[in-house]
Amino acid sequence: MADMLLDIRNLRIEATVYPPGEPAHDIIIVEDVSLTLEKGKVLGLIGESGAGKSTIGLSAMGYGRGGVRIAGGEVWLNGRDIMKGGMRGFRKLRGKEVTYVAQSAAAAFNPAKKLMEQITEAALAHGMASQKQAEARAVDLFTHLGLPDPNNFGSRYPHQVSGGQLQRAMTVMALVPEPDLIVFDEPTTALDVTTQIDVLAAIKRAIRDTGVAALYITHDLAVVAQVADEIMVLRGGRKVERNTAENIINNPQEEYTRALVSVRSIEHEEKKPTADPVLVARDISAAYGNAIQVLKDVSIEVHPGQTLAVVGESGSGKSTLARVITGLLPPFEGTVTFAGRTFSRALAKRSKEDLRELQMIYQMADTAMNPRQTVETIIGRPLDFYFGLKGRKKRERVMELLEEIEMGAEFLDRYPAELSGGQKQRVCIARALAAKPKLIICDEVTSALDPLVADGILKLLLRLQKAEDVAYLFITHDLATVKAIADSIAVMYQGSLVRYGPKTEVLTPPFDDYTDLLLSSVPEMKIGWLEEVLEHRTMESAGN
Amino acid sequence: MRIPVSALIGMILTAGFFAMAAFAPWIAPYGMAEIVGDVWQPRSAEHWLGTDNIGRDLLSRMIYGGRTTIVIATLATILSFTLGAFMGFTAAVIGGWIDQLMSRFVDLMMSIPTLIFALVVLSVMPVSMTVLILVMGLLDSTRVYRLSRAVAVDINVQDFVEAAKLRGEKRTWIIFREILPNALSPLVAELGLRFIFAVLFLSTLSFLGLGVQPPASDWGGMVKENKEGIVFGIGAALVPAAAIAALAISVNLVADWVLNRTSDLKGGRGG
Repeated sequence: MADMLLDIRNLRIEATVYPPGEPAHDIIIVEDVSLTLEKGKVLGLIGESGAGKSTIGLSAMGYGRGGVRIAGGEVWLNGRDIMKGGMRGFRKLRGKEVTYVAQSAAAAFNPAKKLMEQITEAALAHGMASQKQAEARAVDLFTHLGLPDPNNFGSRYPHQVSGGQLQRAMTVMALVPEPDLIVFDEPTTALDVTTQIDVLAAIKRAIRDTGVAALYITHDLAVVAQVADEIMVLRGGRKVERNTAENIINNPQEEYTRALVSVRSIEHEEKKPTADPVLVARDISAAYGNAIQVLKDVSIEVHPGQTLAVVGESGSGKSTLARVITGLLPPFEGTVTFAGRTFSRALAKRSKEDLRELQMIYQMADTAMNPRQTVETIIGRPLDFYFGLKGRKKRERVMELLEEIEMGAEFLDRYPAELSGGQKQRVCIARALAAKPKLIICDEVTSALDPLVADGILKLLLRLQKAEDVAYLFITHDLATVKAIADSIAVMYQGSLVRYGPKTEVLTPPFDDYTDLLLSSVPEMKIGWLEEVLEHRTMESAGN
Repeated sequence: MRIPVSALIGMILTAGFFAMAAFAPWIAPYGMAEIVGDVWQPRSAEHWLGTDNIGRDLLSRMIYGGRTTIVIATLATILSFTLGAFMGFTAAVIGGWIDQLMSRFVDLMMSIPTLIFALVVLSVMPVSMTVLILVMGLLDSTRVYRLSRAVAVDINVQDFVEAAKLRGEKRTWIIFREILPNALSPLVAELGLRFIFAVLFLSTLSFLGLGVQPPASDWGGMVKENKEGIVFGIGAALVPAAAIAALAISVNLVADWVLNRTSDLKGGRGG
């Protein structure tokens, strides 16, 4: 095994936690994980949050983040045990043999320094190149990764380039010192799908052409299947399965892997509108302040018991639309009609009944619940407020609602901090349901959750829709979610509706340019998807 | 939960001072204004700390003085917190021009040095305990207002407050049920600091002759009464001065610990 680059043996990683009110104690983050990586190969590490994937990735640099320590096992890189080198050894290693690409490039770059200065820093610090050589290499890589105006790109500041460009710049930074191994830690997670595909293609090209090996960490199996040769599935700090990317996708062995592969495969039959729409928003135009117009003439309808999905990238105005409908942001033009009544534009002028029938669920369940209230208070408040339920009756109804969201009476006295991410979102759903609304606005309700948990939430929402005949206005940037739950779809781009209609109609060609771009950018659980899309696009632009 | 030694010392001393204030008439060996001996007698078995400038027992006056100081400072702090926090939360929740008006008024108040402002007001008003408490509490409430408003503005933009507004909740619910419980931690930490400030402020006023009036005793006034003794090498003035410092430090130790423990808004079971 002459070409073995990284060999991690029986890795064990611990951390000390300090829970309030309890004595500090150690927890195990990673237990008995071994992996090997040959030169020039890409290994994908995949798992949900808390699986230990980032921790393992960083251990390849001998680094433990914030209080995390490598407690057992060996990490061999290029034939030597890096844990034996001490601080001096690490310093020689990091930024030279192993480099790192972080999830949020915007947070990882120093906003006060020009890009070039930061990109060439590691190579200079290790004395591997002169400033001139390093810059030449960077410019070369800028060209290679498709960054605009490569000769001058480095003289910009981080805030002067887009998120996708910054992520590519960070990849360049990792490549300049000509490392043997790059650790990619969720490099595309924070990006829009249409941007993600460019970054993904750039990363893949860079890996192929420089022959560098990589650990690619992500929670999205469809993404990692595009770049990795092999994939290792992790759960709760342990290895579940390791196989070639092809085998993981097409022939998963373990139950958990199968669940990950089949995620987002909810079958949902589109329903035809049966009654008059419950919500009609007509010709809505809205702006923040006096200058920035974010919505231009948007008209939508939502039918009782059905789901309208509003999709678009960040900045497309989809959340603003929700704010207009709820009355938080009065539009300067247009009307909102709800169940036949015209709603006042401003929240303060709406009646209690208007407010009750229109509920909202937020993206971050963490901040959507008062951290100082128990689950019982949170769910019980709308019952008291709208229906005047008190005491035993209120408690019984809260228990019923807890049943409906598949949680039990033992959660009554819990505080939000004592719930998992999925449970928090479920409590928020119960709070919305408690008001017996006609329409619930769901603002990116699954995007902060792990895929399997998100799947559970979507299934719950569908079941509740059937049972309660409630309509959803579902705001999301994730087209897979849209396919799973929508009856009709509104595609938004820069504040306007670009496509609107029943689901099958919207998802059937011929497409307009933007919808085509958006739809084709959603990663599919398929090897070779990335190449297909890129080829398709090249052909199209050649045809034009 | 481990309480650090410094906080423990602070708590014991603070509790001691407050117990002394509460039980003053029972622990003090002599009356507050009772003349029991010669001027500035040295320490002895009858007078543990000696006597003061007109022959009263210094220990007894210290105990009664502590009571006055602590009671006035406590009441002034309660006033400043109730008023300041309520106004601060209201400004943050309502926002708009009302917030502007209140905040600019507070800025105006704060631009006048507190001591000078108090001296002017107290020299034209009849000096009584009520007036003292009102003046100190009102002046200090501007500081509390600033803090509460800042904390509440942060909380006010969180989704759970927005959810409450969408539900149609009244402002009182939002202020007392959504914001107040989450703002408590930073306010409690500040409470200690404002209390110390009130003690120091009261002592300053009394030292300048505009605070507690003789024959009633308080620590600042006692420094003033006995300060002439220092030239003769008599340390009677140093005792109340040291007591002021000790009280300030011990409350501070506790406040520091509270602040460290709860300097975030993450919440959970009582923080």
